[in-house]
Amino acid sequence: MDALPQFELLRPRSLDEVIAARAAHPQSSLLGGGTDLVVNIRRGIVAPPVLIETNGVAALRAIKADERDLHIGAATTLAELAAAPEVERHYPVVAQAAAHVAGPTQRNMGTVGGNLCLDTRCIFYNQSEWWRSANNHCLKTTGTMCHVAPKSRGVCFATFSGDLAPALLALDAEIDVAGPAGRRTMPLADLYIGYARQDEPVTESNGDGKYFLSLQPGEFITAVHARNTPGLRSEYDKIRIRRSIEYPVTGVAVALRREGETLLDLRVAFTGTNPRPVRLAGTAALCGGPLDDRVFKGLDALVRDQIMAMKTTFTPGHYRRRVAGVLAGRLVQQLFEQG
Amino acid sequence: MMRILQLNLNSRARTDAVADNVLLLDYLREIVGLTGTKTGCDGGECGACTVLIDDIPRLSCLTLAASVSGRRVDTIESLAADGRLSAVQRGFHEKLGSQCGYCTPGFIMASVGLLRRNPHPSEDEICTALGSNICRCTGYVKIIEAVKYAAQLCADGLTP
Repeated sequence: MDALPQFELLRPRSLDEVIAARAAHPQSSLLGGGTDLVVNIRRGIVAPPVLIETNGVAALRAIKADERDLHIGAATTLAELAAAPEVERHYPVVAQAAAHVAGPTQRNMGTVGGNLCLDTRCIFYNQSEWWRSANNHCLKTTGTMCHVAPKSRGVCFATFSGDLAPALLALDAEIDVAGPAGRRTMPLADLYIGYARQDEPVTESNGDGKYFLSLQPGEFITAVHARNTPGLRSEYDKIRIRRSIEYPVTGVAVALRREGETLLDLRVAFTGTNPRPVRLAGTAALCGGPLDDRVFKGLDALVRDQIMAMKTTFTPGHYRRRVAGVLAGRLVQQLFEQG
Repeated sequence: MMRILQLNLNSRARTDAVADNVLLLDYLREIVGLTGTKTGCDGGECGACTVLIDDIPRLSCLTLAASVSGRRVDTIESLAADGRLSAVQRGFHEKLGSQCGYCTPGFIMASVGLLRRNPHPSEDEICTALGSNICRCTGYVKIIEAVKYAAQLCADGLTP
């Protein structure tokens, strides 16, 4: 039998039990649907001695959505989120992003917390153990060089490809985090530190494809929440070579407000391009006027400046960056013209 | 660590001792001996190992056996009754939805999950529901026809 490495499975029933189990087993991993973690265990990438399954914790599975607030428990499945009518009505970008994850069976299993913390990958890392060992591993595990960007000088460029993060970043969402030091709330944007800046040391606030989350040891997400902004229109779309399961060429979330002919507010966020989901900086300068060429050219310049896509099996990086710009522009136009 | 796993498997109560690190797929194939569920990509990409857990299609290659304690698990072996094929099995058989057959148990269980939830799916809904399954033989056209035909058979009184 193709056995997994030895581990102990804990199945707590309450949030307090999860926190206690996590404190008692600092090397443990949280297990939601297993569509990310179990794959990595099977590929010999991680071998946590203890898994803490969160599916039995009712407090982590609640969805509340109305015209004021959105609140999603971290163990909610992506299928539940995509099918929640009140999320679709008030926060369409979130429901659409959930519906774009992998395929239907993966969405029946995968959870919101797991998608927000989805491991970063690249065409080298996303392979079996024997394949990677034949190439002496890579920076993200035990190797000494990046095989995708050999000149990266110690920086890992594995790509973040979760779909929910850009949608929630466009809504300025916050996350609740629990850990050994207690519970805290922080902006979702502060979770992602995979800047992958060349020639800068990796620190607690400046990470790369390997260190891409700011969570402290033992910390985990319990919920994500956002406030509604009246008049905000939002949409998520993703381009893939194949319509399901496949990793994205790029995924884009756009949220904007329009008053008369004026663009009042513009938020654009990407996934599948950088070692972090990127909420585009500098879009405020594009607002205040009509939706004209100035906006689209400005948007394209911001994309060229901030989006750093690596090559995949199918597409070179520069093509993926152009697709990101085109898809963002298309969504902006669509939302602005929406009745 | 070993633990006692109690579940309802194909409408029968079962109790087995399983280790924490045993996958549901390996439990079904190696411990129970139900080899209808197939091992495909081993990484959650192909859908060959799809089973129903409380009527919802899930990948048994990424599910721990210990996690289905107290749940209802249905595999391909649960469908035929008294030597008669179920609606989806008949659909795949009569509409040639199966060629080499390796992906077929996964496709059939995903289709059964769809028809239990939505007895009258549109072609779009069928395609979406089968989006997690990969077939390298048929080109999918015959599979979609098979599921449409199965939905008709269900309307005539067969179980999915």
